[in-house]
Amino acid sequence: MSEAAAGTAETEEGLPRPKETIRRLVQGDLASLRVVIGLALIWAIFQFENDRFLSAQNLTNLMLQITAIGLISVGIVYVLLLGEIDLSVGAVSGLAAAVMAVLNVKHGWNPYLAIAAAIVVGLAIGVLQGSLFSRFAVPSFVVTLAGLLAWQGALLQVLGSTGSINLTDPKITGLANTFYSDTVGWIIAAVVVGGYGAVLFLGHRRRVAAGLESENLAGLVVRFGLVAVVTIVATTVLNSDRGVPLALLILLGFVVGMEYVVKRTGFGRHVFAVGGNAEAARRAGIPVNAIRVAVFGIAGTMAAIGGIMAASRLLAVNQNSGGNELLLLAIAGPVIAGTSLFGGRGSVWTALMGALVIGSISNGMDLLALSSAVKFMVTGGVLLLAVLVDAVARNQRSATGRV
Amino acid sequence: MSDGAPLLELEGVSKRFGPVQALDRVDFAVRAGEVVGLVGDNGAGKSTMVKTIAGIHAADEGTIRFEGREVSIAKPQDATELGIATVYQDLALCDNLDVVANLFLGREEVSPGFGTASRQLDEARMEHETGELLSNLAVTIPSLRSEVGTLSGGQRQQVAVARSLLGEPKVVLLDEPTAALGVAQTAQVLNLIRRLRERELGVVVISHNLVDVFEVADRIFVLRLGRAAGEFAAESTTEEHVVSAITGVGSDGEKKNGVEQELRAESAESGEEER
Repeated sequence: MSEAAAGTAETEEGLPRPKETIRRLVQGDLASLRVVIGLALIWAIFQFENDRFLSAQNLTNLMLQITAIGLISVGIVYVLLLGEIDLSVGAVSGLAAAVMAVLNVKHGWNPYLAIAAAIVVGLAIGVLQGSLFSRFAVPSFVVTLAGLLAWQGALLQVLGSTGSINLTDPKITGLANTFYSDTVGWIIAAVVVGGYGAVLFLGHRRRVAAGLESENLAGLVVRFGLVAVVTIVATTVLNSDRGVPLALLILLGFVVGMEYVVKRTGFGRHVFAVGGNAEAARRAGIPVNAIRVAVFGIAGTMAAIGGIMAASRLLAVNQNSGGNELLLLAIAGPVIAGTSLFGGRGSVWTALMGALVIGSISNGMDLLALSSAVKFMVTGGVLLLAVLVDAVARNQRSATGRV
Repeated sequence: MSDGAPLLELEGVSKRFGPVQALDRVDFAVRAGEVVGLVGDNGAGKSTMVKTIAGIHAADEGTIRFEGREVSIAKPQDATELGIATVYQDLALCDNLDVVANLFLGREEVSPGFGTASRQLDEARMEHETGELLSNLAVTIPSLRSEVGTLSGGQRQQVAVARSLLGEPKVVLLDEPTAALGVAQTAQVLNLIRRLRERELGVVVISHNLVDVFEVADRIFVLRLGRAAGEFAAESTTEEHVVSAITGVGSDGEKKNGVEQELRAESAESGEEER
């Protein structure tokens, strides 16, 4: 490529104009804006019905309640980006927790080793299912449905005749029951805000250095301001109760880390490519099957981590661990928050936002002492509504020529 | 048209699918800075010939020379390594990714750092290079960060062609680049093909549309029933001549027999594509 045209050409054509930037801002963030509005609405309704809903204590409880489901959803987002589904994550989370409990309680393993073993179990199951799916071209739906049954059986087997194991090791129970002091909470908040600011600043500087038009500074300042405000408010609220919970930091850490992987690394780009057009990805030399196996491995790993956090919070593993509606809510969350069921579109943030929406509804209805019957129907209705809104938005986009 | 030695040369290349002779001792050449239009009826062997050059089918007989050297092209990577890029009809772009991501798909540039998996994509550099390449080719895309699915057919085709240039190829094969495009979009793509010629690339354009071929090609190569059926300088021939070479009308006697063969060749080729 000749060097002569470099530098001058970019400014003339091919790069976003202000109008385009506005369009991107509106359309790109539309889904997340929708979820934020929905969440605000849900919070307003429950607060109106019961003024304890937005209390510091209840909001802290809410954070603890969404940790496990949010972590499982992180893995589900990856699977959804491929346009696939993993129905086994609930059962895998239960099995992994049981493995940890048995090794730690019955065999006296070091708690960290027991946790590592549980994660390895989740990873191995995910890799196995991913290999079966990609090698034999069996629909992921079927492979993981078989897994759902098989791993539930394995859970019962591992737990043995007792059927329930209580966790007492402080290292394990501490995962979901540790709260930091006010000072530590503020230090963490400062690190989060400062780190985000540094990332924004460095990204901006790199684009300027490469001679590219950057997002206008006002937009960056607004984004930084939003994150700072949310962090400060959240820290204030959490500090006025028990403090910033370790569980929330674990969840946020995985969300940020896995969002980085999917949006900023070559692997993540390939996940999007396979989900968007597997044939194009193959022709571009991307190892499609390896990507698929890795993604299912991630889903299994995140399921195991979610299961460990759930067990830590419950202080026990029993035959119901990872069962009930956990699986469906973990899949519903990201979809409610805007990750497409058809692959190639979404972000890991939707795991967090979806878990917040679903967790808020569940928590609020518990506060109002509604029956399970009502809870299920309302949650189902919210999922349906979210998917319908998404479908309408997509139709509008394609009507205006944007896919 | 440049008169140098052929960049890519086929000599006596044959390819057979079961009982069907899809390519029968074809001689073909393309020079640097030359656009060759490859025309022929359905089942004439155009696709087979391109796939042979691109390494999707290995030739049964004959020799392929690249820059005067005899080479064997057994798989697509062989062709890519030699510097032969192919842009297929169905584009092979990811609609959900933006222009930059599509251009660099499978060869993303990463920032320096430790580990391979954890390294950050160098978006700024890729966007810079994309802007440079597209402006050199005078391709106008509203935004390099718009999803490819939002682009028009002509823009998508231009992105696909531009992408093939990232590997710095010497020969570019374009399979039906103007199929299903409107008038203005076709003009854009034809302009792009002219710029490939200006960059001293050897360009082979397969097309059904003789108007487009006449507009852009220096030389027109006709295949019929797997055989070379004529070669014309675009300046000094007429559409009638080319059409008669394509249909074989005028090459008496052979006609009836030919139709039968043609049907067989066609079914063999379409069967091959499904696989």
